[in-house]
Amino acid sequence: MSAPAIVVQGVTKTFGETPALRGVSLSVAAGELFGLVGPDGAGKSTMFRVLTTLLVPDAGSATVMGHDVVRDLWAIRSLVGYMPGRFALYADLSVEENLRFFASVFGTSIEAGYDLIAPIYRQIEPFRDRRAGALSGGMKQKLALSCALVHRPQLLLLDEPTTGVDAVSRREFWDLLDELRASGLTIVASTPYMDEASRCDRIGLMQDGRVLAIDAPAAIGAQFPRALFAVHGGPRARMIAELRRYPFVASAYPFGETVHFSDRRLAESPDTIRRELADYLAVADLQEVRVAPIAPGIEDTFMELMGESPSVAA
Amino acid sequence: MSARPALLAFMRKEVRHLLRDRQTLAILLLLPIAQLLLFGFAVRTDIHAVRVAVVAPASDAASAALRTRFANSGRFQLLPAVPHADSLESLLRRGQLDVGVVLPPRLADRLTAGEATRVLVVSDAIDPNTGTTMQTYAIAILRDWQDALGAARGAVRIETRLRMRFNPTLESVNLFVPGLIALILTMVTSLMTAISLSREKERGTFEVLLVSPLHPWQIIVGKVLPYLALAMANVVSVLLAAWLVFHVPFQGSVSLLLSASMLFALVGLAFGVLIAAITNSQLAAMLAALGGTMLPNTMLSGLIFPVTSMPLPLQLLTNIVPARWFIEIVRGIMLKGVGLSVLWPQLLILSVMLAVLLTLAIRRTNVRLA
Amino acid sequence: MNTPAIVARNLTRRFGTFTAVDHISFEVQSGEVFGFLGANGAGKTTAIRMLTGLLAPSEGEATVAGYDIRTAADRVRERIGYMSQRFSLYDDLTVRENIRLYGGIYGLQDDEIARRSEVMLGELEFTPPVTAMVRALPLGWKQKLAFSVALLHQPAVVFLDEPTGGVDPITRRQFWELIYRAAAKGTTVFVTTHYLDEAEYCDRLSIMVDGKVAALGTPAALKAEFSVASLDDVFVTLARGTASSGERSP
Repeated sequence: MSAPAIVVQGVTKTFGETPALRGVSLSVAAGELFGLVGPDGAGKSTMFRVLTTLLVPDAGSATVMGHDVVRDLWAIRSLVGYMPGRFALYADLSVEENLRFFASVFGTSIEAGYDLIAPIYRQIEPFRDRRAGALSGGMKQKLALSCALVHRPQLLLLDEPTTGVDAVSRREFWDLLDELRASGLTIVASTPYMDEASRCDRIGLMQDGRVLAIDAPAAIGAQFPRALFAVHGGPRARMIAELRRYPFVASAYPFGETVHFSDRRLAESPDTIRRELADYLAVADLQEVRVAPIAPGIEDTFMELMGESPSVAA
Repeated sequence: MSARPALLAFMRKEVRHLLRDRQTLAILLLLPIAQLLLFGFAVRTDIHAVRVAVVAPASDAASAALRTRFANSGRFQLLPAVPHADSLESLLRRGQLDVGVVLPPRLADRLTAGEATRVLVVSDAIDPNTGTTMQTYAIAILRDWQDALGAARGAVRIETRLRMRFNPTLESVNLFVPGLIALILTMVTSLMTAISLSREKERGTFEVLLVSPLHPWQIIVGKVLPYLALAMANVVSVLLAAWLVFHVPFQGSVSLLLSASMLFALVGLAFGVLIAAITNSQLAAMLAALGGTMLPNTMLSGLIFPVTSMPLPLQLLTNIVPARWFIEIVRGIMLKGVGLSVLWPQLLILSVMLAVLLTLAIRRTNVRLA
Repeated sequence: MNTPAIVARNLTRRFGTFTAVDHISFEVQSGEVFGFLGANGAGKTTAIRMLTGLLAPSEGEATVAGYDIRTAADRVRERIGYMSQRFSLYDDLTVRENIRLYGGIYGLQDDEIARRSEVMLGELEFTPPVTAMVRALPLGWKQKLAFSVALLHQPAVVFLDEPTGGVDPITRRQFWELIYRAAAKGTTVFVTTHYLDEAEYCDRLSIMVDGKVAALGTPAALKAEFSVASLDDVFVTLARGTASSGERSP
């Protein structure tokens, strides 16, 4: 087992009166695809800035590839590929000019890094003379990723690379990340989209500067403390109202087509719960009611953990 | 729907925005006041403390009387007597004298004999406004002195002949070209680099550049050098235009002028980098650059209003305005034809300013975001 | 109310030689929650700008809240509300100041504003003080408040542009409960979103691809039409079906 790529211990960072990170600890293994998952304000960007040595923690320590973020900043800055949010690109330079510039900043060339970026760059290469400002969101994203990769970094840090981009491009982007991870690169990416998070090896759930949980996606789901059911039927608003009126309800939240329901009673078997709920709903004025057990997902667990955390956002 | 309440609501909002952006508000309130004060104190159409020397071949009552008159005039500052008319030239060139009065030899005898005597008045009319005024004052005093003598000894005519050197045609363009070069250099260097650097930060690309082997200083130099090249190109084009189109005289060394321009440009660049380092936004950077360069350069550099006519506090302030020294250098080279031997103090001052600004800029440029 | 809240017929907008919106037609009924989906650059923003009276169409016509967007754009704007992710409330004004501002802009009298604001804040169960700066509010409160403020003048139609971007999952759902409450009262909600589970919450939705409406219907109908299990797959099928040009800005 090789040494971890990233070790963060008790990092705290406060801006004025706002604590952005509160005693965060995590580690990322070499070659792992690690996801930082959480809403805006969770502290993801601040965490990235600490790891890229742009910010010094007020307390705690962090090492990247064995280098301390405070003392060895130059070592870290040479081996990290960083993609901050909002695709920091030069809008008035062309695709190729942007890439060439970022390559030269690291003392290398497009040719030297070409085989690594090829799967990505090939998709935008036909537009190499186009001004970066004239690209669609998905294309900008791919260009920004190419620019972060062209110098063959050992670690890729991507801050919300898929925010504001359409669903198809998001999917393609994560396919690319899968390929890169297969080549041995360590990747840390943050995202507010829980469905993307399930594509990571491990994820860290963050909220209000704290880490709520760290584990593989499936295991995160397993942390949900009760049996979970997907309830079909409509109209949805009435269904939710009925479920919330149910005497044993612990949680009832819409999840796309269905409503995820969990029962307060831990002693009862899932079968009993399902049956009793179905009976209860049968007499309500609802159509096509179906109750089926499901495995909890990341979002279910996230919401559960949020509820336990004192500073829930309203 | 009535429009007025909506309009009022909107105005109230704008006022709140304005009041809460403290940084911009401070600059916008202070800038006009600073301008007002500067205009009030620096703008002088009258002049005083004109340095005058009276050259007389021999000390006699007449020349002593003239000297006393100048000394008591309240507008003139008498220099110790100089022996020869030849030294006037170098004093005027070095900027140590404003007006020279040359009395003819055997003044006393001539006056006694009732011969016509000619008195020469030489003014440093680099600045057409003040040049004429100084002359007028000098002539007024001479006339009084002449009347006093004439009344005592009968009718004696003294003719004054005026010579204005260094700007014989009193062309405004000769006056303004040096100042224009200073303004252009400042605009291209300080203003543009401050904006360019702060825009990079606002755009977010600066963050990515920091996370690379590049030291922030490499980033800054890389951004700033093209503006230096642009500034020098501007200087050359302005000089060419001034020479070809307006026939502005060029007495001195071109290479010295270009070197001095580069030095001044570097000062401007260092200042621009410093501004970008201490401001938070492009807007603040722009306002700070304008307030910190354009305003002093027009008001306090001697471009329009002569330094010697300003009240003492402002005169002291002009010492830290780089443009003031640069304009002296350019005027000296272009119009007076002087060189390193005369201008070394100004060049030294500019070099010291560059060193100070660079040190400050280096200190404030962060290897990190915070 | 039988007249549809929004009617668009062959609505088109060109920028030079580039056609951003290409003859789109649809209707939205009163009180409907209508999802307006599409990739960035597909023409959504341009279409919304036309419907909100900010941009004149090159061709075609539309009525919103009963008024023609070409001839009565200012009347349209009186009758609609708008909220986007990027901009909702002024950060450097307090909660109360924001409410008064928007109330004032829409011509409400001071006492009316006070009354409606009290009701609104009560319904939201708004706990922070009204003298708090908006920038100090957690994102979730900001977005919910912004939505409520957009409804303060009781518009017939409210346009929401990615209102839940970056917000935590619980707040997102609370936000949609607010949307349902508004729709139940008769307000038509026209919403765009990148969260495909939120697309499921809509009564009907349209998906724009390359300036055209490529799909229109209830979530269930769309899934059946494309024989897929989720709206995500509908989206992907549609997007991949067209030749992607890779660049969409005019």
